[in-house]
Amino acid sequence: MTDPQAAVVARDLRRTFTTRQGMFRQTHKTVEAVKGVSFEIAPGELFGLLGPNGAGKTTTIKMLITLLLPTSGSASVLGRDVVEDVREVRRRIGYVFGGDRGLYERLSGLDNLRYFSELYGVSPREQKQRIGELLELVGLTGREEEKVEGYSRGMRQRLHIARGLLHDPDVFFLDEPSIGIDPVGARELRATVAGLREQGKTVLLTTHYMFEADELCDRIAVIREGEIVAEGTPADLKGLVSAGRVLEVETYGVADAEVASVREVPGVRSAIVEERGQVQVLVVSVEPGAEVTQQVLARLGDTRVGRLSHREPTLEDAYVELVTGADA
Amino acid sequence: MSRLRQLWVCYRLQLKVMMFSPFEGFLQVFFPLMFATAALLVYRVNNDPEAMLYAGIGAAAMGIWTSQTTTAATLVQRERWAGTLELVVAAPTPFAFVVLPITFGMATLGLYSVVAVVLWDWWLFDLPLQVENWPGFVLSILMATFTIALFGFLLSVTVVRYRTAWAIGSALEYPGWLLCGFVVPLALLPGWVQPLSWARAPTWGVQAMRASAAGESPWFDLAMCAAVGLAYALLAAWLGNRLIDSARRHATLSLT
Repeated sequence: MTDPQAAVVARDLRRTFTTRQGMFRQTHKTVEAVKGVSFEIAPGELFGLLGPNGAGKTTTIKMLITLLLPTSGSASVLGRDVVEDVREVRRRIGYVFGGDRGLYERLSGLDNLRYFSELYGVSPREQKQRIGELLELVGLTGREEEKVEGYSRGMRQRLHIARGLLHDPDVFFLDEPSIGIDPVGARELRATVAGLREQGKTVLLTTHYMFEADELCDRIAVIREGEIVAEGTPADLKGLVSAGRVLEVETYGVADAEVASVREVPGVRSAIVEERGQVQVLVVSVEPGAEVTQQVLARLGDTRVGRLSHREPTLEDAYVELVTGADA
Repeated sequence: MSRLRQLWVCYRLQLKVMMFSPFEGFLQVFFPLMFATAALLVYRVNNDPEAMLYAGIGAAAMGIWTSQTTTAATLVQRERWAGTLELVVAAPTPFAFVVLPITFGMATLGLYSVVAVVLWDWWLFDLPLQVENWPGFVLSILMATFTIALFGFLLSVTVVRYRTAWAIGSALEYPGWLLCGFVVPLALLPGWVQPLSWARAPTWGVQAMRASAAGESPWFDLAMCAAVGLAYALLAAWLGNRLIDSARRHATLSLT
């Protein structure tokens, strides 16, 4: 049932891409990037879309911000359809993506903001004050006259946020904004995003950083291979695995076949390998009450094994279990 | 009024982007000067002052054509590479009003190259510009520049949908010199080519410049130039929304 007051609504959104290869004998390949995604975001809510690379996060956002037409399904922002009412949706949303691109390198930070103020219809009377406030908000006051090509990645990202907020949008879409930023810059960015929520903005944040989602989001949807596989508060998602335990086994050269064999052990929910320097750590999520240590070690055969440990599951474990669920 | 202000501010900022590099600015003038030099060296062989004036005016217009057709499309491509294309498309401003300041920025550089070519011809070839009707001549230059900018606008719109369409601009540069009659009289071209020439606004623009210089009436040529330019603008505006929708359907906006 759709909440008529919802700020963002996605209903069975699908998006297919077709690529062509070859000049004379062309072959067509169809990829279904988003396979029926549905969710709602309440006004003032900070909603996280969490998933690995290629899961369909950016494609979903681009459909919501009117840059891509859905192949099927529907979506609306503040009650406006993203296909039929494009201009009105664009007027009321802000969009920021991560990375170095998306700014005029040859212009100063201030000129970038002036340019986008014009494109977003910020009235001349408001522009100066608004730009000044936003520079203050993102900590770029005093650096605005410098050319963007001299900005650090963190400064660019903060300028992006200021750009996205110029027209005071009601709904803000942030697509992996902290990607490639150093820890200090990322922390400042998270503080800025948290500030947006305090101002009552509705925010859709995509990320694959667990702690970021845990710290910021009211609710999270985990997307895997174009489908939402779980949705809830960070505590709800942790609860999916908190009833179990995690067994970590340090190995040296564990083979894929052995990992697959471990997944077959009764009581094992998932098993993945994490590279940690010279060591490959086999992370095994175990069901409550199950004792699988001896069986797991037996499945590893002749593989050299180091330290073994048990620990409580984290949000990251929940995420890993969800996004590897298909083959774990 | 606010739309005019928006166009003006965006034009100034886009011009700032274009004029950032003195080296690029130098090339913007250098190439038209070299093309003008080549044309005038060929025409000088006949030692005919009338033919030299013909070539001098044509070479000036050639500079506008060269600076705009090759670069107008490339500028939108630059937006694509810089990752700003998606952002300007996602803005509530209609895309035509995003592209127009870019093309008029190019037109300004085109005008700059006209002045440079005229001075160059005067200095190097002792070819002072002899113009009987200065107001008509200046108006013709402005009209030629304006309509070539509109042609650049049309090209830019297609680049939004087709990421390799910028190459069309380069491909049109040399055929344009011939088809628009910049340095070769249209009468020398085969008859079947004439309609192609008439469909190009600069053909009429350069004819108006020559008519003004010779003291003849430029008004018919100017009217034709304006009409063809208007057709470019209408076609670009009509295509604009359709090509953007197509780009949204085929996901080509973010491709580089």
